[in-house]
Amino acid sequence: MKDNKKMELAQWASEYASKNGAKEVSVSVYDSKESEVEVRKQKIEKIQESIESGLSIKLYVNGKYSTHSTNRLKKSELEKFINEAILGTNYLAEDKYRSLPDRHLCYDGEEKDLKLFDSNYDSIDPRQKIDLAMAVEAETLDMDDRIISVSGSYGDGMYRSYMVLSNGVEGYKESTSYSISGSASINGGDSRPSDYHYNSARFWNQLSGEGVGKYAVERALQKIGAKTIKSGKMEMLIENRSVGRLLGSLIQPLYGRNIQQKRSFLEGKISHKIASDLLSITDNPFIESGRNSRLYDRDGLAARKMTVIENGVLRSYYIGDYYGKKLDMQATTSSPSNLIFGKGSKDLNGLTRDMKEGILVTGFNGGNSNPATGDFSVGVEGFYVKNGEVLHPIVGMNVSGNHKEIWNQLIALGNDPLTDRSWQTPSMLFEGIDFSGL
Amino acid sequence: MKNEFSRREFIRTGSVSLAGMAILPSFLSMGCSPLTEQSGLDEYLAHFNVDKETLQKVMAEALSRGGDYCDLYFEHSLSNYVGLQDNDVNRAGSNIDYGVGVRVLKGDQTGYAFSEEVSLEAMKKVAKTAASIANESKDFPSINLNERVHPEFCKLDTSWEDVSIKQKIPYLQKLNDKIFNLDDKVAKVQIYLDDNSSYILFANSEGVISYDYRPMVSFIAVCVMEKGDQREDFYASRSMRIGYEYLTEDLLDGIATEVIEGANKQFEAVKPKAGQMEVVLASGGSGILLHEAMGHAFEADFNRKETSIFSDKMGKKVGEDFVTIIDDGTNPNYRGTLNIDDEGTLTQKTKMVENGVLTSYLHDRISAKHYNVDPTGNGRRQSFRYAPLPRMRNTYMENGPHSKDDIISSVKDGIYVDTFTNGQVQIGAGDFTFYVKSGYLIENGKLTKPIKDVNLIGNGPEALSQISMVGNDLKIDCGTGTCGKGGQGVPVSMGLPTVKVNQLTVGGVNA
Repeated sequence: MKDNKKMELAQWASEYASKNGAKEVSVSVYDSKESEVEVRKQKIEKIQESIESGLSIKLYVNGKYSTHSTNRLKKSELEKFINEAILGTNYLAEDKYRSLPDRHLCYDGEEKDLKLFDSNYDSIDPRQKIDLAMAVEAETLDMDDRIISVSGSYGDGMYRSYMVLSNGVEGYKESTSYSISGSASINGGDSRPSDYHYNSARFWNQLSGEGVGKYAVERALQKIGAKTIKSGKMEMLIENRSVGRLLGSLIQPLYGRNIQQKRSFLEGKISHKIASDLLSITDNPFIESGRNSRLYDRDGLAARKMTVIENGVLRSYYIGDYYGKKLDMQATTSSPSNLIFGKGSKDLNGLTRDMKEGILVTGFNGGNSNPATGDFSVGVEGFYVKNGEVLHPIVGMNVSGNHKEIWNQLIALGNDPLTDRSWQTPSMLFEGIDFSGL
Repeated sequence: MKNEFSRREFIRTGSVSLAGMAILPSFLSMGCSPLTEQSGLDEYLAHFNVDKETLQKVMAEALSRGGDYCDLYFEHSLSNYVGLQDNDVNRAGSNIDYGVGVRVLKGDQTGYAFSEEVSLEAMKKVAKTAASIANESKDFPSINLNERVHPEFCKLDTSWEDVSIKQKIPYLQKLNDKIFNLDDKVAKVQIYLDDNSSYILFANSEGVISYDYRPMVSFIAVCVMEKGDQREDFYASRSMRIGYEYLTEDLLDGIATEVIEGANKQFEAVKPKAGQMEVVLASGGSGILLHEAMGHAFEADFNRKETSIFSDKMGKKVGEDFVTIIDDGTNPNYRGTLNIDDEGTLTQKTKMVENGVLTSYLHDRISAKHYNVDPTGNGRRQSFRYAPLPRMRNTYMENGPHSKDDIISSVKDGIYVDTFTNGQVQIGAGDFTFYVKSGYLIENGKLTKPIKDVNLIGNGPEALSQISMVGNDLKIDCGTGTCGKGGQGVPVSMGLPTVKVNQLTVGGVNA
């Protein structure tokens, strides 16, 4: 529910800055509530609640630009804060690309219910939250003697923000989120493997913790007896929930900032084939209850659905307003919303059975990628697969390569997109991947 | 180091000319009294607009449900940044964060809540929320608050609050010019100068009241070079808990040289072969090995829950006699240095491994009670919005008996690694990784071709036991290390003498 005082504060700050030397202004006033419960040994380990609010302001002063934020919202303090910020901004160099986005590219204020906000947020009994977290651990209590520790965690949050641009654009966002997670640690002899699982929802009545604890324990148990195998080129099947880690390094070079700063191996690659025909990615900000659904982005640009990669051909970058002007390119949006992928015909087990020899990757460990060159190297955990059979868990191995090549080595997609995540990745199977082990 | 005149004089003489020139939030604008790094307890109380009686009332509320212990953590944090892109200092910003966190403990259970307002009413409300971790009715005896005086490990000459944006801008411009002048291949440079001043007031139900001033500065440069069709980037950073005096020509020269040499090396770099091999870690930032492979697993919350791979290794031999590993909060002006930790415990130098034997975990109050030992001053939090956890500070290995040259010449076929970007560890499995931005192949005892962009993976206890040589050239790195755990980031430093690990898995290429 809108808080008119916060909306008025955003309008006031924009007007105040405009009157006191800023040519253009963008203000956001936000507030949030969060609560979390963590239980272990059927006892509350930690309970935390928070309420917070703040104001952030972007100032365009005589062709110069700065950005500021504070959680001190008294007008008398904000006046001083804004005045000092404007005075300081004058010492910067001019940047001719800094201005508010063109009005016609911005959000027009049309309200559309993306089903992101649960109006029951404040009326949920705290006892129910504790019970949910308790139940995650409770379902694991007699599961296996090798369990060292299982934690059940519940978390929720309510977020609101008001955006006012001095060119007349205004926007309001509200959302809620709920999550329930379990993490398990297992006595595996020399090692104490662990794993986790979680479910999330936009609405309280859609959140289910059933099976979360058990699944976390099962995953951890499967890691007992892990071995390092010989280095070599093999197939790699990445489980749906881990694909995002590798994919992030393909998305990063699509950002306007990296392109403009010559830190992107995908510069100049629009309409070029950069991946296998199987890879298609659509950015859809309008999915109902989507984890990253929105009507406008941080610049105030109106959200729109866009094709990022189509059958392996690069179609769009992530270009915010500033880097769009700097690159003389049409702005799209500065960061991804929800990512939707093409879909295969088999689930993870089906894809595993198709493997000749390789690693089923169920998690990544550390590692990094160079957006300028596409080189990457990342630790992996998972299972060794031969002739379609999972033989044993693996440990102490890396996967390395280059993003210019690896996405062309994609040979199959799963039919298992993660519909409760913003990046709705399916499992993905690659061939000829460099693993390092013994 | 300290200026002869007092800070108060400096404000009187200096602030007039600075007025209106800084992108700086001002304490004076907040309707509360100003603080400096030399302020005393009364000034901190006045700044947060509280007195001891108010604190006692809030603590009485926090313990009203039968909690064993409570603490109040007030924080006022002021941050600024100035940035250069495409040859101009054309961006800047500031942030103010202000509030109080209330924590209640009942055994090893934690209740936590925070408020961005510090009125008695607002604080009692959050105290009541935190109190709910316990569930009995209890009157708590009144608390007599006595100041805990602590040493000052982060002395400075000029606080960042006294430095205007006008004074900072030339340093970014100069660094940009130096980098471009060093090499014609430089195509792009980005530079950031961040500073932060945090004021902390702490009180707990054991009668401790204390305060702290925490400065920080970070200077970061990113350079992209072009040679034909090939592009390579490199970055260098410096960060310390120190004042404006840190910005010197030498500092700029050091950063400029590092990014130029680093980027140039990348053009010639190869990928090493994949597999297990001997790895020599250069002195300095290679301390990331200790941070990831051992430090996290020594944090006592993991051991209390028996989820760490080191949970059953206290008092046991875990490395060679010449391996001694320290986590230290007292190194002057380093990023991980603290005067007191975030639960009011005096900081210290903690020997985690002494002569190869595991001697101490890193404790906060909860784990120390569990193990019946004194807290080690490792209770840290990102801000008043978070409850503290056991965290590292400055983690390093003491010097050993070998020389750098002897270590390198002992390797027939391996790699030497000197620059890193990030790392991670699986606490229970013990598997750690760290990402190598640059290094060299070692062939027949000599450094040969440069290498780049490889991940190293190993197992904590195994790697510790396989440290076979330790150099006598310890260096603690001054980069912008930030450690993440439980959703909280805290500044840390790490260091190492040159070290040889007999076997780590290198993420290279297969023939």
